[in-house]
Amino acid sequence: MPVERLPGVQTGRSAAEAEEEARRGLLLTTVGKALAWARKNSMWPATFGLACCAIEMMASGAADHDLSRWGMEIFRASPRQADLMIVAGRVSQKMGPVLRTIYDQMPEPKWVISMGVCASSGGMFNNYGLIQGVDTIVPVDIYVPGCPPRPEMLMYGILRLHAKVQREARIK
Amino acid sequence: MSQPAGVREETMIINMGPQHPSTHGVLRMVLELDGEYVVSCRPVLGYLHTGIEKNTEYRNWQQGVTFVTRADYLSPFFNELGYCLAVERLLGIEAPPRAGVIRVMVNELNRIASHLVWLATTGLELGAISIMLYGFRERESILRIFEMVTGLRMNHAYIRVGGLSMDLPEGAEDLIREFLKVMPGRIHEYEGLLTGNPIWRQRTVGVGITSTEDLLALGVTGPVLRASGLPRDLRKDEPYCGYENFDFDVPTRNESDCFARYQVRVEEMRQSLRIVEQCLDRLEPGPVMIEDPKLRWPARLSVGPDGIGNSPEYVKHIMEESMEALINHFKVVTSGIRVPAGEVYQAVESPRGELGYYVVSNGGTRPYRVHIRAPSFVNLQSVPKMIEGRLVADVVAIVASLDPVMGDADR
Amino acid sequence: MKPSELAVRLRARFPETLEARGEVMVVVSRTELHPALSYLRDESDLDLGFLADVTATDWPGLEPRFWIAYELVSFAQGHRVRLKVGLPGDDPRVPSVVAAFPSANWLEREVFDFFGIIFEGHPDLRRIEMPEDWVGHPLRKDEPLAGVNTQYKGAFIPPPDQRGV
Repeated sequence: MPVERLPGVQTGRSAAEAEEEARRGLLLTTVGKALAWARKNSMWPATFGLACCAIEMMASGAADHDLSRWGMEIFRASPRQADLMIVAGRVSQKMGPVLRTIYDQMPEPKWVISMGVCASSGGMFNNYGLIQGVDTIVPVDIYVPGCPPRPEMLMYGILRLHAKVQREARIK
Repeated sequence: MSQPAGVREETMIINMGPQHPSTHGVLRMVLELDGEYVVSCRPVLGYLHTGIEKNTEYRNWQQGVTFVTRADYLSPFFNELGYCLAVERLLGIEAPPRAGVIRVMVNELNRIASHLVWLATTGLELGAISIMLYGFRERESILRIFEMVTGLRMNHAYIRVGGLSMDLPEGAEDLIREFLKVMPGRIHEYEGLLTGNPIWRQRTVGVGITSTEDLLALGVTGPVLRASGLPRDLRKDEPYCGYENFDFDVPTRNESDCFARYQVRVEEMRQSLRIVEQCLDRLEPGPVMIEDPKLRWPARLSVGPDGIGNSPEYVKHIMEESMEALINHFKVVTSGIRVPAGEVYQAVESPRGELGYYVVSNGGTRPYRVHIRAPSFVNLQSVPKMIEGRLVADVVAIVASLDPVMGDADR
Repeated sequence: MKPSELAVRLRARFPETLEARGEVMVVVSRTELHPALSYLRDESDLDLGFLADVTATDWPGLEPRFWIAYELVSFAQGHRVRLKVGLPGDDPRVPSVVAAFPSANWLEREVFDFFGIIFEGHPDLRRIEMPEDWVGHPLRKDEPLAGVNTQYKGAFIPPPDQRGV
């Protein structure tokens, strides 16, 4: 499945210019873009697997669909060492404050992927027990629908996040 | 321990979870520690409470399957089977024989998949990280079979009231036979990696020993009870869905420690392979859903050139040939079926223990009460008894050996 | 024992014994609960010593309103009995069985959490699934399913339990 080239993802110069630079052995870019390139290629997720989506997240980290192709195989247990939180699963009323605490403990820059419909909107459980979408508690960058989403869908969401990070190249 | 004068002795209260890599899900435990020894332990649940039981009261009987299947998300077929058997008992019907055999087959494949996840995550938590990759590799083969048969990798809603949603597609039997050829060698690999491994043995042998009487008093069932010597298995003692016709053993051990539970689960995987093989040999052609038009799920699904959908013959029947069939299809799908008033308790043997469904009907198209007797919920009650007096490092091993799934415990 | 024999055996002691769909159900009042459990456990041919489940159902508008079901199993004899206790809606109290069956500890807490039934003598009757400060008992029939009120293109869509289907 090819990932489309989003505008501005690459260095923004034409192929001929890039080739000329490569021959000279130099690569010119901005600090923001270089930082973004480094950040997106080694994003470390925090373990926030809750329910069924967590199993699919583990499956996408395992051998058949390998997340370490993008430098993400180490799921950090401590949120202080992570920069991506994949909220995988249904967030109950009791778990909401815990989710926010973990989010606050992550250092900047940080991103959130809401994996699965239960995290994105409450899913099929439109009831008293669940928080109807984690975007009511934490700001979400990418929503990955599915119940549960296949590992390939999660990987596509992660790649879109990488493209977003590269596009938004910022210093902070 | 005697301390020099002037040193205060007090216990330390530590909070483990709910976000923790080693608590097998969102389980929170408040541990009171005296040095490295656990003085008391209080598990706190509710971090995954989803309100499934309340939600089923607002949907049809058939829609209940999609809710209930997400309770114990590692063994969704068991949830579906328990619910459907309970509703079928209330209706007084029985699924066709071919549906029964396929139900047993997917259930046993699910048991293997669930035990593989248990093995993978327990290994990861105890430090044997490579078993995580091996376990998930085999699980992918099983999930490929499930995807071919049901359309989904997890949370299938395949077992429906009255039978199955659709028949096995072409090529499914060959895929399952291929899997059966490969799997015994893989189980042998896991045993080679773990059973003689001195680190694994040191962390699990002699850890979490509990007597059978204590386990029975606390309501524990499943592999934990079988590892303490009692050969209690609902598939043999109270057979359902045709299990009495299959030939398999119930593995037991006597030591009742974490290592014994590991051995019981690995042996159960082998027995499940035996059952799947017998299922494949016993498959006879036939319908997979009951015929009664008032009760059956009206869709007749088949795999066409553009994927799964209603078979063209059926679409022709309801659109061109019979107005009555169209109205019936419409009514059954929108309002649902009527189930006579009454209550029933149906128990199945899930990979974690006795999974019970207490279903109450008041004669309408919606369930009046569906209660899931969750094995993980009841098994977790025994955690304080097993942990108190032991070292902190054993907490992870003991909780992992109980195989709790928080979706099941919290529902 | 087969269900029919079991029903005959129990009817001698408990007049309200029902048998349907291969199951035997015994109805007792809450004052008789403990003697009934002891009888069912101590009689050697009944041997119902394993408590599998404690749960409740809410029938608002009927008396008794709450029906608690105790699911008892005998491993040795291979049979099951369901013991049911009816409770009035304005006084949902019942003696706890934790002393006799420790497995009822969390099961009774769950019934308290969801239905508000007080188990007298329970060592630690607190909420188990809902947050500690939650108000209400969610599985009662007069509590709403509660969902999100959505607005879509100017129309108001109520949560599913209030849509009138």
